[in-house]
Amino acid sequence: MFLALRELRFARGRFALMGIVIALIAVLVVLLSGLSTGLVNDGVSGLKSMPATAFAFDEGTMTDNAFSRSLVDDEQLEYWAQAEGIESAEPMGVSIVNGTSDQGTQVDLTLFGVEPSGFLAPELSEGSGLGAPDGIVVSETARAAGLEVGSVVTLDRVGLDLTVVGFTAGQATFGHVDVAYLPIGTWRLIASNTATPGVPTEATVLAADYPYSSVVALRAAAGSSIDIEAGDDAAGTMTMLRTEAFNASPGYEAETLTLSMIQVFLYAICALVVGAFFTVWTIQRTHEIAVLRAVGASSGYLLRDGLAQAAMLLVGFTAIGVAAGVGLGAIMPEAMPFELEAAPVAFASLLTIALGLLGAAVAVLRIARVDPITALGGQR
Amino acid sequence: MTTHTVNTALTNTAPTSTPALEITDAVLELGDGDGRVRALDSVSLRVQPGEFVAVVGPSGSGKSSLLAIAGALGKPDSGSVRVHGTDLASLNRAAAARFRLRNIGFVFQSGNLIPALSAADQLRLVARLAGNRVVEPEALLAELGMAHRAGHRPGQLSGGERQRVGIARALVNNPSLLLVDEPTAALDRDRSQEVVAILAERAKRSAVAVVMVTHDRDVLGHCDRVLEMVDGQLSELSAAAMGSGTGQSSWNS
Repeated sequence: MFLALRELRFARGRFALMGIVIALIAVLVVLLSGLSTGLVNDGVSGLKSMPATAFAFDEGTMTDNAFSRSLVDDEQLEYWAQAEGIESAEPMGVSIVNGTSDQGTQVDLTLFGVEPSGFLAPELSEGSGLGAPDGIVVSETARAAGLEVGSVVTLDRVGLDLTVVGFTAGQATFGHVDVAYLPIGTWRLIASNTATPGVPTEATVLAADYPYSSVVALRAAAGSSIDIEAGDDAAGTMTMLRTEAFNASPGYEAETLTLSMIQVFLYAICALVVGAFFTVWTIQRTHEIAVLRAVGASSGYLLRDGLAQAAMLLVGFTAIGVAAGVGLGAIMPEAMPFELEAAPVAFASLLTIALGLLGAAVAVLRIARVDPITALGGQR
Repeated sequence: MTTHTVNTALTNTAPTSTPALEITDAVLELGDGDGRVRALDSVSLRVQPGEFVAVVGPSGSGKSSLLAIAGALGKPDSGSVRVHGTDLASLNRAAAARFRLRNIGFVFQSGNLIPALSAADQLRLVARLAGNRVVEPEALLAELGMAHRAGHRPGQLSGGERQRVGIARALVNNPSLLLVDEPTAALDRDRSQEVVAILAERAKRSAVAVVMVTHDRDVLGHCDRVLEMVDGQLSELSAAAMGSGTGQSSWNS
């Protein structure tokens, strides 16, 4: 590192230029990571927080939008409830509705119809839980739309009045729309198209004879696994593990694939740009390297020195870029789904450094091919 | 300035000491096919510690090849090369590098210093490569009259100063053999004399054997022996031939 450090200082202009490019790449990597996390949370945080192991969809449901497209009946539910390795199986209704709050603002909600006392019932940060047929528990993020405990939301067209009784702990959104949990009975009333305007009551809910739900949410018994294939064959369902089921939420795959592609390109650009820089740098130093090798420096020493130099440059400027990216993230507009989490940011920074080093390593390997004999004579 | 006694004998007269460099019947061919050239044609050379030998000759006559095989940078096709008793043929690439580091000093054209390093750091790097981290390069630089420039980078030094630093760098690990490649190529006449005088003085003082390849006949007066390389063959140059090129007394400088 003796030589590496002094060269960094000596050619600081050139290294700074390269460093700025690395830092800018790191800024982009951080912003994309934040955007990616934010979009994913916006898309499926409602699912992420659910303690379900898997979801059984009706057979043949298309994967995108499967949650709102699928319809399973009570027989399928019953089958899964009896299946081996299942601790519990509960119906879950999913539909996206438009409504108007009593303050007159328009709100879009993803209705999650669940058993009020089942395992899908939401964790609360405020208010009381599900129970009353007209009570809904909405995502923390719905406060932005002006909802409070006690607010009444009237569903468009149906005219059904629902009252906010509580808020979930943390963000619960699905398909970029705030989630409103409500009792499965009320969901069935809405889905059956028999609801009448006004406040739903126990009686109207019971009157709606609608033995369906969107999916069956499954929870595996501790320590046992579910035989998904056999269960699907018997029940006529298509079961996806919870994380697989993210793909069944609207736009999830399109968003994550797009962002992943941009990120992959950024990493490739990082490797190539750093590789190109160190190739030129190593070629510039060819004569100097020949002299050092003639004097007796081992290739190992020179390679280590070159790699250490690349590592210092990459680590230093990636750190600067990440810091700048995190700073920028703090001033992102509300409307942008942007969320920084330590793990993905750390992963993205390490990957930037690793791929930069890979590019540099390919370039620095040229050192091993420099013939010390070229130090003699006048050739430069 | 010092006046040197000149050893005119072809074979050196100190049979008890191990020669610093001993090349016997070295043959080296370069290139391939029709372009094949005999760069060294049965070259033999023996240099004793403290002896300053110059090799002159036209470009492409094999001078650089001679330095390469003497400096463990390449191996002859046949014949042997021994540096301070070690047969260089027995060394693989890595061992040759280690051997060069500790036993052979190189002085290149125009110094060939590392642009990023100050004069003192040039010496420190080479010392560190040999595992010596505590070296005080200032003392050696001072001996070569470069103490006041220890903190300067090559770009801030004149040609003569660079060459002095190059000599100091070559000496930092106390080699037994100093190989010098056209040290005066980029220097004016006065600086050339100074630099070669330094080499001559170091040879005597540190008992290091110096082999210098040069085009510059003006500086030969400092050398104990002058050899001429023509078409890969090495021969002793007569005193008359040496004097004729310069028109000055070769033996006093």
